[in-house]
Amino acid sequence: MDENIPSVFVFAEQVDNQITPVSFELLAKARELAEKLQCVVVAILLGDKVEDLVQPLFTYGAQKVIICEDAALAQYRTEPYTYAFSTIIRRYKPQVVLYGATSIGRDLAPRIAGRIHTGLTADCTALDIEEESNSFMMTRPAFGGNLMATIVCPDHQPAMATVRPGVMVKRLPDPDASGEVVRFELDFVEDHRYTKILDVIKKEATTKHNIQDAKILVAGGRGMKSAEGFQILQDLADILGGEVASSRAAVDTGWQDKSRQVGQTGKTVRPNLYIACGISGAIQHLAGMEESDFIIAINSDSTAPIFNIADVGIVGDVFKIVPKLTEAIKKERE
Amino acid sequence: MNIIVCIKQVPDTKEVRIDPVKGTLIRQGVPSIMNPDDKSALEAALQLKDQFGAKVFALSMGPLQAESVLREAYAMGADEAYLISDGKFSGADTWATSSTLAAAITKLDYDLILTGRQAIDGDTAQVGPGIAEHLGVPHISYAEEIRIDGEKVIVKRQFEDRYQMLQAKMPVLVTALSELNQPRYMTPGGIFEAWRDKEVVQWSRDDIPVDDGNIGLKGSPTKVVKTYPKTMKEPGTKIETDVDESVQYIVEKLKEKYIL
Repeated sequence: MDENIPSVFVFAEQVDNQITPVSFELLAKARELAEKLQCVVVAILLGDKVEDLVQPLFTYGAQKVIICEDAALAQYRTEPYTYAFSTIIRRYKPQVVLYGATSIGRDLAPRIAGRIHTGLTADCTALDIEEESNSFMMTRPAFGGNLMATIVCPDHQPAMATVRPGVMVKRLPDPDASGEVVRFELDFVEDHRYTKILDVIKKEATTKHNIQDAKILVAGGRGMKSAEGFQILQDLADILGGEVASSRAAVDTGWQDKSRQVGQTGKTVRPNLYIACGISGAIQHLAGMEESDFIIAINSDSTAPIFNIADVGIVGDVFKIVPKLTEAIKKERE
Repeated sequence: MNIIVCIKQVPDTKEVRIDPVKGTLIRQGVPSIMNPDDKSALEAALQLKDQFGAKVFALSMGPLQAESVLREAYAMGADEAYLISDGKFSGADTWATSSTLAAAITKLDYDLILTGRQAIDGDTAQVGPGIAEHLGVPHISYAEEIRIDGEKVIVKRQFEDRYQMLQAKMPVLVTALSELNQPRYMTPGGIFEAWRDKEVVQWSRDDIPVDDGNIGLKGSPTKVVKTYPKTMKEPGTKIETDVDESVQYIVEKLKEKYIL
């Protein structure tokens, strides 16, 4: 690969030799940016024996793949990943680098920004190229989602950004897509900055499905009053073929598992249907779900902010409405 | 063992409101608090102090008012407190902030540096790893458990679907999740002493061994070009009627959307 070709880099994050879905979402965004910048999208794949993951990267929009394989990269650790990625950046000098705002991406990206002395913008919700100046505009929520800020990185290269999962939309897969694969060889020498993995403990799967994959979400908040109160939401979700989600309030009280939390400190979702029950609609919650295609809110407080973004707002008692709604849908289905 | 805890004073973003007419932030009356993740980092340091007799240094950068979170740190049990405050540091992005804090830390002896994972007014989670990079020490982020074993630190590091038990040799920087612990309250005696007897050491520009090009607005690779209130989509229809009609209305809408 010619080292002087302008490019947009995407960190192709993999865990247990599986590409993290946000990487595909980033590839789609990167293609849009690359068209405006007239450059190519390059996926950076780090790991050990991860060659099988190259094709899916092309399928979802990568035009080139740089792959670096070593036993030191088998499981994510900050130092070998920082070393590998920053060496690749220094060699190929991309204009833009995108990372998923995952617990890996948010660990790796600031370390790289420090090492190569460039800017990094966290948790972007919009990325664009300004037409006249060709500058890369990164927009992110600030002040807990109360304000949006657009940020540039004028004097340092590359401009780097992290994007939360679920914010961008992946392309339709093209299984015939292909491109150049570059093998990047590196020697890894352990120094004092290397950490040692003593053990890996998998979390118990508390959700059957990831709420980010669900097409329909039935979400509950403080208004559900107890863990048991969520049962009527589960019944509705079951009949609709959806999943139960939760506001932060219902997680903090222990009624719901953190993996179901939607919002600023939880997950960003954009299902086809989002039914918000007993959720007042704090700005931090709205930040995680306002991109849903169709939002129905049921709340007894007619002034709840959730009604400002709901397509359909029902002022009423969730405990009376939801069970009847489940019954009505059951009848429709019969 | 010397532990440095980096603490930020933040506006309580839960209390921030938008002026519905002007569309700007209403900052008046918004309380300033110790950033919650940083408080957990401080608590973790204090627990290690209880266990091993460590010395805990609280460090903050910000305007002079930020002194109050350092007084709070004293009242919880910190041994020394330092405030980096100078107009020349203002406007710093996460890169310049990390560079300044790292330079300040080189003035102190340390084995362990603790920071919160992220601050609630920025949510970037970049400053902890950034400080570690500038100091050339390892970091472990998203800590849910911190143990000391001789010269080593063992951390339970949270990921989306798993934990890693990670080991690093000190000096090391660890970023704390609020799940790490339940921070202790200030004691009445502690409060009294913290505000009456304790000294918060103030460091200005000349006290920090860092290049002019790596601080403040000028030393920040990223620049904010504009801020604007979030545009909310237009509200839809809101109805207030009896249960049966409500249910019927929803069912109709779901049919319109081909969900039923």
